[in-house]
Amino acid sequence: MESKPLTLKILDVVAILVLIAATYMALNAPTERVMGEVQKVFYFHIGTAWTALLGFILAGLFSVVYLVTKDLKWDRYQVAAIEVSLVFFLITIVLGSIWARPAWNTWWTWDPRLTTAAVTELIYVAYFMLRQGIDDPDRRARFGAVYALVGGLSAPITFFAIRLFRTIHPVVIGGSNAEAEGGFSMSADMRTAFFFALFAFTIIFIDLFWNRIRLGDLQDKVEQLKLKVTM
Amino acid sequence: MFFQDVTPDTSGYMIAGFVISFVVMGLYVASMYLRARSLRQDQSLLEEMDKEAKPAAEPKRPASPGPLGEKKYTPVTKKSTQK
Repeated sequence: MESKPLTLKILDVVAILVLIAATYMALNAPTERVMGEVQKVFYFHIGTAWTALLGFILAGLFSVVYLVTKDLKWDRYQVAAIEVSLVFFLITIVLGSIWARPAWNTWWTWDPRLTTAAVTELIYVAYFMLRQGIDDPDRRARFGAVYALVGGLSAPITFFAIRLFRTIHPVVIGGSNAEAEGGFSMSADMRTAFFFALFAFTIIFIDLFWNRIRLGDLQDKVEQLKLKVTM
Repeated sequence: MFFQDVTPDTSGYMIAGFVISFVVMGLYVASMYLRARSLRQDQSLLEEMDKEAKPAAEPKRPASPGPLGEKKYTPVTKKSTQK
């Protein structure tokens, strides 16, 4: 692997700093009266969810570009976007479950939002399992592109699930769901912590995504070398 | 929750949430680092194997005449042995 570019090194440091700052702001944000301290995980919950769903949609776009150009570079971008999004979405689901225990008195319920989120996560876990089974790089990339394109539809479905269906999941941003239990309105300090968390997780996502692309490039180089040596 | 007077103590859940977030992110970064390290090892090993395989595949030829006027190499053929 070529040495890390200076921009990426700086981005690594910035990502760590914004994560520390986002944690500090989340911990020092006002405590919500009804739910108590657990509401503070909401900042990380939304931050990771936003970047993960964006990453899945981005992967769908990379798939289209790959199918048009047949350049394997776009396949590596797609894998990187999906892998980082998968990790972020796992954090979203776990944090949601931790919040649900005191708010809804249950760790998990088959609510439309929770179900669509679980299905999205499983779709992309299956994506990696199925990719492992294909040896030919071109076939693997073609298959991955079509799968990611279809799988990418699950991201908007998950996002709109709480706006389209009757659900107990609160719509904190841009909606008042009277049925939702655990909904709350944000104060100015809460809003600052919230928007900073969105910004911080976007930076962290870009940093991890870039690092993962470099790892993909190295994987590709090693695969090429293996072929060269064995032939 | 709607008719409660005091804010419940849910700090344990909050701590668990933040700890899990950091652990998951940390594990992912560690996995990327370990994968990169293992790939770099593979790469250097394969490059070495490739270098070793190259001279073995090429036919052995003596060096071309140098600037000091070494004897020019003439391949051994049937004609040269008859002379």
